[in-house]
Amino acid sequence: MRRLLLATASIAALCGGAQKALSQEAPTQTLRIAIAEDGDVLDPSVARTFVGRIVFAGLCDKLFDLNEKLEIVPQLATGFEYTDPKTLILTLRPGVKFHDGTDMDAAAVKYSLERHATFPGSTRKAELGAMDKVEVDGPLKVKITLKSPSSPFVSQLTDRAGMIVSPKAAEAAGKDFGLKPVCAGPFKFVERVAQDHITMERFPEYWDAKNVHFAKVVYQVIVDNSVRLANLQAGAIEIGERIGATDVDAARKDSKLNTAVFPSLGFQSINFNLGNGPKSKLPLGSSALVRKAFELSIDRHALMQVVYNGLYPATVQGIPAASPFHNEALKVPERDIAKAKALLAQAGVKAPVPITLTVSTSSDQKQVAEVIQSMTAEAGFEVKVQATEFASMLSAESSGDYEASAIGWSGRADPDGNLYSFMYTGAPLNDWKYSNKDVDTWLDAARATTDVATRKALYAKITTQLHADLPVLYLDNNPWITVSNKKLTGFRPIADGMIRIQGMVLAK
Amino acid sequence: MRGHLGQRLLQVLPTLLLVSILVFCLQQLMPGDPALVLAGEERDPAVLAAIRTELWLDRSLPIQYLHWIGGVVRGDLGFSWRIRQPVIQLVTTKLPVTLQLGAMAFIIAVGIGVPMGILSAVKRNTKWDYIANGVGLAGLSTPNFWLGIMLILLVSVKLGWLPPSGYVSLAEDWRQSLATTIMPAFVLGNAIAAVLMRHTRSAMLTAMDQDYVRTARAKGLPERVVILRHALRNALVPVVTLGALELGTLLSGAVLTEQVFSIPGFGKLIVDAVFNRDYPVVQGVVLVTATIYVLLNLLADVLYVVINPRMRGA
Amino acid sequence: MSAVIGVAPTAASPVIPAAQSPRKLAIKRFCSRPAALIGLFIVVVFIVTALAAPWIAPYDPIKTSWTAIRKAPGALYWMGTDENGRDVLSRVIWGARASMMAGVISVGIAAGIGVPAGLIAGFVGGRTDMLLSRVVDTMLAVPNLILAIALAAFLGPSLQNAMIAIGITAAPIFMRVARGATMDAATNDYVEAARALGNPAWRVAVRHVLPNIVPPVLVQATLAIAGAIIAEAALSFLGLGQQPPAPSWGSMLNSAQRFLSQAPWLAIFPGAAIFLCVMSFNLVGDGLRDALDPRGK
Repeated sequence: MRRLLLATASIAALCGGAQKALSQEAPTQTLRIAIAEDGDVLDPSVARTFVGRIVFAGLCDKLFDLNEKLEIVPQLATGFEYTDPKTLILTLRPGVKFHDGTDMDAAAVKYSLERHATFPGSTRKAELGAMDKVEVDGPLKVKITLKSPSSPFVSQLTDRAGMIVSPKAAEAAGKDFGLKPVCAGPFKFVERVAQDHITMERFPEYWDAKNVHFAKVVYQVIVDNSVRLANLQAGAIEIGERIGATDVDAARKDSKLNTAVFPSLGFQSINFNLGNGPKSKLPLGSSALVRKAFELSIDRHALMQVVYNGLYPATVQGIPAASPFHNEALKVPERDIAKAKALLAQAGVKAPVPITLTVSTSSDQKQVAEVIQSMTAEAGFEVKVQATEFASMLSAESSGDYEASAIGWSGRADPDGNLYSFMYTGAPLNDWKYSNKDVDTWLDAARATTDVATRKALYAKITTQLHADLPVLYLDNNPWITVSNKKLTGFRPIADGMIRIQGMVLAK
Repeated sequence: MRGHLGQRLLQVLPTLLLVSILVFCLQQLMPGDPALVLAGEERDPAVLAAIRTELWLDRSLPIQYLHWIGGVVRGDLGFSWRIRQPVIQLVTTKLPVTLQLGAMAFIIAVGIGVPMGILSAVKRNTKWDYIANGVGLAGLSTPNFWLGIMLILLVSVKLGWLPPSGYVSLAEDWRQSLATTIMPAFVLGNAIAAVLMRHTRSAMLTAMDQDYVRTARAKGLPERVVILRHALRNALVPVVTLGALELGTLLSGAVLTEQVFSIPGFGKLIVDAVFNRDYPVVQGVVLVTATIYVLLNLLADVLYVVINPRMRGA
Repeated sequence: MSAVIGVAPTAASPVIPAAQSPRKLAIKRFCSRPAALIGLFIVVVFIVTALAAPWIAPYDPIKTSWTAIRKAPGALYWMGTDENGRDVLSRVIWGARASMMAGVISVGIAAGIGVPAGLIAGFVGGRTDMLLSRVVDTMLAVPNLILAIALAAFLGPSLQNAMIAIGITAAPIFMRVARGATMDAATNDYVEAARALGNPAWRVAVRHVLPNIVPPVLVQATLAIAGAIIAEAALSFLGLGQQPPAPSWGSMLNSAQRFLSQAPWLAIFPGAAIFLCVMSFNLVGDGLRDALDPRGK
């Protein structure tokens, strides 16, 4: 029950190949990062958007980080150790300062974790749900007691739940902490103009300051995909996240740009209302055979080819291919119209089977729906596409006012984060009210053990069962598409999709 | 005249009150629960309940309204639920951006629209009329956001003359500021120019046929004087009224344009707030917009009375 | 449009001597303007296209073809194919239905509500005017796209509801224009004379005032059709208008946005259709205005 980190090796990797242009004097350059939407409040306890996490990567260091192989590597903590399955000891990095000059120590970690878990309006509660109490066990030692053994717990600390804030600043600001966040990241918050930009300046006392080569970083909000690319082409920004799949050809042709297409932890899927209100009583919600027929009438590879120029890999499970827990045995089924028709007959429903598919209003989501509509028509489905704006869609899903709806999930490093709250009976994101006692048991078991082989076996069972029950039709494991100026080196394509500024260098 | 103005001023407050009630009710009609949007992935009932309590969403509608309007009376517009910045701060950072854009667009619109309207009315049924009409028609018939995207592709990406998007304030660097706003201002102004041109032409034609214009002509006044002093003055009555209305609607015209050019102005602020169900921002911004709009209308009314001699007695 | 055309026959009556039927005179004047005739011709072509779409469209507008994705215009597909391999020409033809309906019906709704309200407010005056004007002030003071979004979201996403939302949103400006013109007309000598002769108020309003407000309402209506077609596009963009896969020019433009550099024809043709359609409505509106307002001769 002992696991220590291979600490130093990854630090060296951190600066990957970008060491040459470095000099001892303070950097003067500005890095301009284009983000696809405006974030929400910059308080790690309350924040909930994906784009907010990208901004936090410059602002707030976490206890642990992820590397290219999705291994947990040190950041503010240098290591962890389970003294028993319910007791976790964290060792902290010495000499780390917050942006306000106060010390990052065991007391600060205790304060931050407790704040995440108890702050009113905190959206970290479920992530730290396994945590019972936090104690200071020495100036740089923290003892965390868990309610029950939880293998995904440490991986939660690689994201917002592991961000440590300055207790002094947080205490003074209270609910307004997000207006002027004070953390221990490479950059200090300067200003935020909503919907336009967030500016930060270099924090000279950052513990890893030698790997920070910019005086300033500006996160520029550019919503339109083609405009984001146009700005990259015009040299008005250095790096842009989530470039459109159909723009990749244009970006690759541009000799001034580098295009990185790399696997993510997330997925896109269609979920079926199985037990949430009267709309779950329709054929799709009440019969797994009908859902299977629906799946067999879709050619996922062709779908990805048409909508995403073939850049998105098709999948049938919620565990991404990048994860060691990915179920290799589960293959994407071939399209089989004859079998789909046979299944519909077996289920005793008469074609055409009317289905209403709710999608968001983004144009690629609408196209996915249109392609599915056209493909499934051949097997006898009559799909009506309902494009709905985000807030209405959320309410419709939560109240069960939908039959099938398309969603996306940015993904978590541990498979538990992609499955538990979607599939466990009564879990918060299980809007379709799926319930299978076996799956519940396996999900709990996979949480309770840290043995990789045992967990892998459990997740294989879970994903296989989910593919049989089909509460959710996984479509693809959408990759990240990040485009940067060729002068910018040192970008690390890590599956969580964050932009880590440490180690990045801009040639003059 | 003074009585008329006083009466109009008295109408401002009830109108604004009605606006605030209308917006409050519209928000409730829209589907979508703000607490759900705010909770994001954390859809635990306890978290939802905590959010509702904090934001007064669990109280009755009239109480919510009174709570908000009570703050407004004390000069507090509340804070954005999404990013927690005070609404006042959002308004004061965004309003100048849209005002700059609007002013530039309006200058472009008046500069093109009014002279073209006069020209086409005076030179009626000549090639000048047809050219002016053709240009006006083209402006009117082009969808705004389409024109915006085409301009970005042509001027910024292909030719590299202007930055494709973003915004720099006048105070920061006035050259850069003009460079970033000239394209969106043109896109916005071009449509309004066409509207103004048509109104000017229509009003000029009517005015030129009135008795007093005929009389002026019969008196042997030079044509230029007849047109500018007599006809134009009367033609300006509807143009001013409609022009003020256009200026007001410019705020919503700015929405899509601001989106295309990534200009962080009022239009983008309010649309995003509607979609995020960030009610305090929607309410605050609509209230400010409505105030500006109502004041502009008041101004148009005053001008209407000042330049229309017939209305003075009324 | 129908509401506007409906008032045309009475339009010229108070000012034209009864020598020739005013309707014939108006038609004659309209026909003497080539630009108006061209406009009318194009409008008719669009209307016929919209009605006859099932017969003249070369392909099924929602039939996808995975082997013909984003093909440039050529002999087989005159306007190319879209991101799902559907024929753009067929979609433009079918899209005429949605977009023309969005333009014409919503303006009809707007004029149908706004013009009577404006007439009443301007003619009756007093408290009625006060009340109606407050309501209109209130609606105009809210940015109209916001009003349309809220109404459309409330009514539920569909083309019909989008048209209702756009119509209601555009009604106040018709009321404003009609009210202003009514007040202007009411100060005319012949109206005062008609009143003095003891004609009932409604009769004076309909026979003597209404014709005078037609020109400004017509100008407004031609502008509003353009605005309504574009507003439908904006609502479609936000998922509150035409639902996929059925085409409207606006929704086609919006999905084209993702492929501007790779497949510009996806944006050019629906854009051109909007342009042409709106322009021809404007030409007809101009012609009607001149035909109905003989003083402008």
